[in-house]
Amino acid sequence: MATVVPGGARPGRWSELLLLIFALGLSFFAYAQVALAVTGRLPTQMAVQCGGFTVLVIAVHLILRWRAPYADPVIMPAAVLLNGVGLAMIYRLALRYEELGVNPGPVIANKQLIWTVLGLVAAAVTVIWLRDHRSLRRFTYTAMVLGLFGLVAPLAPLIGANVNGSQIWIRVGPMSFQPAEMAKIALAVFFAGYLVTRRDALALAGPKVAGLQLPRLRDMGPIMMAWLISVGLLVFERDLGTSLLIFGLFVVVIYVATNRPSWIVIGLMLFSGGVALAYRLFAHVQRRIEIWLNPFDQSLYDAQGGSGQLVQGLFGLANGGLFGTGLGRGRPDITPLAYSDFIFAAIGEELGLTGVVALLLIYLVLVERGFRTAVGIRDGFGKLLATGLSFTLAFQLFVVVGGVTRVIPLTGLVTPFLAYGGSALLANWIVVALLLRISDGARRPPPATSEIDLGPVLAAQAARDARQPAASTPRRPMPADQIATEAVRRP
Amino acid sequence: MNREIRRISLVVTAMILALLVASSVIQFAAAGQLRDDPRNSRAFYDSFDRDRGRIIAASGDVLARSEKVDDDYSYQRIYANGELYAPVTGYVTVVGPPSGMELIENELLQGTDDALFWTRVQDVFTGRKPTGGAVELTIDPAVQQAAWDALGETSGAAVALDAKTGEILALVSKPTFDPNALAVHDPTAVLNTYQALEQDPAKPLANRAISGDLYAPGSTFKLITAAAALESGLYAADSELVAPDALDLPNSSAQLTNFADSSCAASGTMTMAEALAVSCNTAFGWLGMELGADALARQAERFGFGRDLSIPLYVRPSTFPKGMDKAQTAMAAIGQFDDRVTPLQMAMVAAAIANGGQLMAPHLVRSELDADHRVVREVAAEELERPISRTTATALKDMMVKAAETGTGQLARVDGLSVGAKTGTAETAPGQAPDVWTVAFGEAANRLVTVAVVVEDGGPRGQSGSGGTVAAPMAAAILAAVFR
Repeated sequence: MATVVPGGARPGRWSELLLLIFALGLSFFAYAQVALAVTGRLPTQMAVQCGGFTVLVIAVHLILRWRAPYADPVIMPAAVLLNGVGLAMIYRLALRYEELGVNPGPVIANKQLIWTVLGLVAAAVTVIWLRDHRSLRRFTYTAMVLGLFGLVAPLAPLIGANVNGSQIWIRVGPMSFQPAEMAKIALAVFFAGYLVTRRDALALAGPKVAGLQLPRLRDMGPIMMAWLISVGLLVFERDLGTSLLIFGLFVVVIYVATNRPSWIVIGLMLFSGGVALAYRLFAHVQRRIEIWLNPFDQSLYDAQGGSGQLVQGLFGLANGGLFGTGLGRGRPDITPLAYSDFIFAAIGEELGLTGVVALLLIYLVLVERGFRTAVGIRDGFGKLLATGLSFTLAFQLFVVVGGVTRVIPLTGLVTPFLAYGGSALLANWIVVALLLRISDGARRPPPATSEIDLGPVLAAQAARDARQPAASTPRRPMPADQIATEAVRRP
Repeated sequence: MNREIRRISLVVTAMILALLVASSVIQFAAAGQLRDDPRNSRAFYDSFDRDRGRIIAASGDVLARSEKVDDDYSYQRIYANGELYAPVTGYVTVVGPPSGMELIENELLQGTDDALFWTRVQDVFTGRKPTGGAVELTIDPAVQQAAWDALGETSGAAVALDAKTGEILALVSKPTFDPNALAVHDPTAVLNTYQALEQDPAKPLANRAISGDLYAPGSTFKLITAAAALESGLYAADSELVAPDALDLPNSSAQLTNFADSSCAASGTMTMAEALAVSCNTAFGWLGMELGADALARQAERFGFGRDLSIPLYVRPSTFPKGMDKAQTAMAAIGQFDDRVTPLQMAMVAAAIANGGQLMAPHLVRSELDADHRVVREVAAEELERPISRTTATALKDMMVKAAETGTGQLARVDGLSVGAKTGTAETAPGQAPDVWTVAFGEAANRLVTVAVVVEDGGPRGQSGSGGTVAAPMAAAILAAVFR
């Protein structure tokens, strides 16, 4: 039980600066190591690039000091480190592709660097522009429109583009973009805003089946909509990853909003139904599952679009072993798409299990900080938004890395911050900016509580409330805006 | 809400833990299995990323070494005088497994051999990049070069074998190839070169000395027939053998005649020693029939026929036919019919005879060395077999000396050496020039070396070529180089 004292809450900005310097140093070290191992000398632009990157990151840090001084001090460094390591790895592969003269060529490194800069700028703009995350709630339905538009845009004639069998790109002139990356943020805002409003109704009890309190049948509408959208993504865009992500996001947010485990059960049932349907209807889904189960089967291995890529990724990981081959000393380029879908295998090959464990733990810290923010923030919308955004980060990681490591079948998503992909990088930096903004709200000491230790008082009141639920609304949970208790009790 | 958020965060933690477990399984528990998968080209590339050890000759001359280069494979293998040593060294290539000594001693050369355990431990502590051990061969470059020069432009093979130790001093096969051309790092170029070599009718990839298509031994086989006769106890060097101008073959209209239809002896009989010296076909054909196929087969086996041998390169077993009738036995007794031998096998026959009946195990590796060229394993001289008694050996040895002094093997003689020889001129097919042979030993100052030379299609003399005229001078040149 912590005591809330004015000035007692530590903003943590100096910790953040220290961690940022560490993250930057590690990234630059990786960058230099790659160049030394592959070309034998430091990159000609290294001083300029590293200097520019440092200035940009420190600028974001200063903006946080100015506009969000209580923001979580670990989130930003974790993202910088992941982004930096990803850049080093992409640069490493770019050098190799240049050497071999194969696609996608050396251009990926510079492109990713530019998108990193854009991402950091977007994060800065988000933190400056969005003074209070609660103002996003006003855009609940605008977010819905934007999110759905983002999902269907690739199907539009002229701008939609099909890449590797998935209709998930839009192309305007030389620019191409995966709008689903932005759509996931918009939908996280929409789900949070919509469900925080509807949570009471959606929590009402319906029939009880096998000890499980089900919601009322007429409240099934929203989840069915989410399910249909996901199935639509799968059918029309063949985007298995985003389909899973959107549905997973909805189920998690509705569960947190309503406190009803039944939504998880219903979600899993709908998910199973969807999978069964997709498995029957789509050859490519069947193939993914076959590959997952028997990647070493020779005919599957040899087949076009077969298990070759997955198996090569596994070989790469195995080749890395415990300590890796060292940056620039492995052969990650053998695995197709090592710079995007299979960047995890590339990193595992050159940094070994040691590096992989370190990166996964950094992800864990990042998303757990996100959930901690969700627990800490006082308003229900903020809780749902922070939960949703953290979950999308974790879920993307799990889906991609799980696919590469055969925990689940392969689906296309971008490993957040590590993998090549501008849209995703930009989107994930905005996610981080939103989490930083919410965490500032969560960690900021409430001005009303000055000089009084409200902790015990509020805790006692909460305990009393718990013992004596109001008789008139037995199943009605506490409205979101009234559950400040826990927030204040936070250390 | 917070309780639910914590639950979700626990689920997410579990998801990331699952990824940690899966990564550990792939990168640690199952890593070895994945690395051994034949489809794993990384392990293959890895094998090039080490300072592979050298292959050196007995003189210390470097036959194969690795040089750091700036490409995918990190090290380029370089064969000094590649064609000369190709049948011994083999090659490493980027398109498949190595061959020859490069394959046999791969683990040592790569530095992964158990014998190099302590070197590897040291490497870990000194921070040195893993370095392969070296192989020291028994090959004497001067003898190898002499054999190469002696064969000239002919197709054939030559082996020089130290009869007292089993060390192989020379092993030449012609025509051959340049292993450097197969060791280049451009897979397409390697495949093209390899395909051209494989399709070349001259068969440059065949190691004729130990594992080619094998040759009919011709009259050199008479050494084995004579050995079987002496070992039977029924014959001595001065036993009179029936030696007509033409020998009737039972159940056959064919007759066995002598080389160029010559006459062995006016009287129709001659001693075994005389018959060996002039290489009388009818006498040995008759003798073979008297001894029987089983006795000949047993004697051939004791010399090493039908036996898997590794030196440590694989030696294709020489064969003596089974289930023969009398006519076939007579032909087999003079090295025709289906007898098939390697030059190394015939050098071993001569070695056992010259070395008092003791056949030493032939070998190409003298010692295995670590990266700092300290000896980790030394190959000792070892007896392989005693195919004949000392008495038989002495008698046969004298007979070979007589053949070199007065018989068909006179051109095998070398000044200052005691030389014994047996020539052979093996008919291969009607109208085809014969494969010609000489097996010989030279002895001086307690050193005893045997040589086997085979030249295809009569060498430069073609149809008129014979073992005594074509192969014997080559054997002499090789012996001269040994005792230089």
